[in-house]
Amino acid sequence: VSTAKLDDATLDDVEDALIMSDLGPSAAARIRERLREKRFGLEISERELKEAVAEEIAEILRPVAKPLEITAFPRPQVLLVIGVNGSGKTTTIAKLAHLLQEDDYGVMLAAGDTFRAAAIGQLATWAERVGVPIIRGPEGGDPASIVFDAVKAATDTGIDALIVDTAGRLQNKRELMDELAKIRKVLGRLNPEAPHDVILVLDATNGQNALAQIDVFKEVAGVTGLIMTKLDGTARGGVLVAAAEQYGLPIHAIGVGEKIDDLRPFDPDLVAKVIAGVA
Amino acid sequence: MFDNLSDRLGGVFDKLKGRGALKEQDVRDAMREVRVAMLEADVALPVARRFIDAVTEKAVGQDVLRSVTPGQQVVKIVHDELVEMLGGEETPGLNLDAKPPVVIIMVGLQGSGKTTTTAKLAKLIREKHGKKALMASLDVNRPAAQEQLAVLGEQTDIATLPIVAGQQPVDIARRAMESARLQNVDVLLLDTAGRLHVDEALMAEMKAISAVSAPTEVLLVVDSLTGQDAVNVAQSFTGEVPLTGVVLTRMDGDARGGAALSMRHVTGQPIKFAGTGEKLDAIEAFHPSRVADRILGM
Ligand SMILES: Nc1nc2c(ncn2[C@@H]2O[C@H](COP(=O)(O)OP(=O)(O)OP(=O)(O)O)[C@@H](O)[C@H]2O)c(=O)[nH]1
Ligand SMILES: Nc1nc2c(ncn2[C@@H]2O[C@H](COP(=O)(O)OP(=O)(O)OP(=O)(O)O)[C@@H](O)[C@H]2O)c(=O)[nH]1
Ligand SMILES: [K+]
Ligand SMILES: [Mg+2]
Ligand SMILES: [Mg+2]
Repeated sequence: VSTAKLDDATLDDVEDALIMSDLGPSAAARIRERLREKRFGLEISERELKEAVAEEIAEILRPVAKPLEITAFPRPQVLLVIGVNGSGKTTTIAKLAHLLQEDDYGVMLAAGDTFRAAAIGQLATWAERVGVPIIRGPEGGDPASIVFDAVKAATDTGIDALIVDTAGRLQNKRELMDELAKIRKVLGRLNPEAPHDVILVLDATNGQNALAQIDVFKEVAGVTGLIMTKLDGTARGGVLVAAAEQYGLPIHAIGVGEKIDDLRPFDPDLVAKVIAGVA
Repeated sequence: MFDNLSDRLGGVFDKLKGRGALKEQDVRDAMREVRVAMLEADVALPVARRFIDAVTEKAVGQDVLRSVTPGQQVVKIVHDELVEMLGGEETPGLNLDAKPPVVIIMVGLQGSGKTTTTAKLAKLIREKHGKKALMASLDVNRPAAQEQLAVLGEQTDIATLPIVAGQQPVDIARRAMESARLQNVDVLLLDTAGRLHVDEALMAEMKAISAVSAPTEVLLVVDSLTGQDAVNVAQSFTGEVPLTGVVLTRMDGDARGGAALSMRHVTGQPIKFAGTGEKLDAIEAFHPSRVADRILGM
């Protein structure tokens, strides 16, 4: 195995590779700096270098890796799923429902997206496939009233986990963000603890705007955790590194496909290796 | 936090503009800031690099440095070059100039906005071009995808191909062609399932759809929030089907939209439209100059 001195040119290459994984220029520069401090001028093989990069990233990601747990008492635990348009909310809800059901939890879905064409039909198809009940209202109806009905139904029937779908919304849309704040408030009417989880679904193919998404959704809707979808493509999701540094929000899981069992626990070491190009 | 950058870049430009004589090093320093700005705006790294090299070469030219207002000239070169790379001042519209039914195929990654954009374009084709459109969904993967297009058809009062349960995409495309001919449809829009460029089976399916429908337009629908992955996506789709243009969706968001530059550069095809909302009239011609300002944070 050939080795070389870790010099500025090599560090430049590392920084470029990190940028191409969507870490963004500042997070990439910080990791470069840390590598420089620790190892500048040392003989290092390419493999060792990548592993060192992966270790730097893993150190940032490990503290935020936290699986979702159903612990709410009294039941149900209410999970509100939010995010920008097309990020993968509805599909992720189906995957979560499936996962929880496999663990013997009673699950119910709420069709809180009454706006997008056939969004209710999409969730209803998933509910049927997974075999869980769904609370739905008319197309174009008031999402707040549907989620209210859903909390009531879930409470009355002793459901463990109620997962609430919402319409996609860009975080700079004031009116839509206000609507989200309202949905959140209504969820708490029957049970002050609800929503117990507010999950922001991020699309791995998105770049630096994901940070703005976290920033605003956190402010408006009190995000408690993240799920990143579409990591089965070539996007590496490096924005999670910057997000972990800046916000420290738990990362629960990742989506790696369109099928019902394509949800994986968030493994910080694996994701770090993928970003560093070792895996 | 998100404004800092445009402030910083604005500062760099102001500093350049305010100065008389410039040294080559001044230009190179400023270009480093422009590079960071572009990366923050999600311009793909290889594309940003090419841009900076090209612009630097122009800007350190002796007649620029020796001119009366070198700083202003450098800023102008950056801006103009970016506009040029985004397609210049002219935005080409849809090419509907073929024997009817003219076929438009929409392709792209999952969730990029294909189905919504299909309905927006169909509406535009009727209202702006006065032509009769038919829409067909070839998406047999996503639950309720065909129903989604049917609902959008009702909302826009545009005909959609009746849904036949179990029929596969290539067969749906054939049936749509047949139906378009029988009904004297001018333009047939084919909405396809979202697909990852690394999914060989689905990429082959897309090729087969293109082969049976002889499209006049194949539009790659791309989320303007896209990051560095834009290059991979653009390369792979370009390699599989004869793309004729790009539609950039969610331009109503606050992403700086660097993916536009990557897309244009890698596909070599014009960005024809910008999606600016969820409503079905929220589509406009793409404006290179506005997007250049946005990428630079100006
Ligand atoms: N490849 C891949 N596709 C995914 C993944 N998650 C979701 N998708 C696809 O992405 C597209 C959008 O997913 P949805 O679940 O409808 O997204 P959404 O956030 O509910 O969309 P809106 O409700 O319209 O805002 C669909 O085609 C999904 O099949 C994933 O992890 N990998
Ligand atoms: N804000 C905004 N939302 C958009 C725009 N275009 C599409 N959307 C939304 O993005 C989401 C996904 O749009 P679709 O048209 O279903 O995307 P798709 O590419 O057909 O998705 P798949 O078929 O699952 O691959 C929906 O919530 C749309 O309402 C746009 O220009 N602006
Ligand atoms: K997306
Ligand atoms: Mg949805
Ligand atoms: Mg679609």
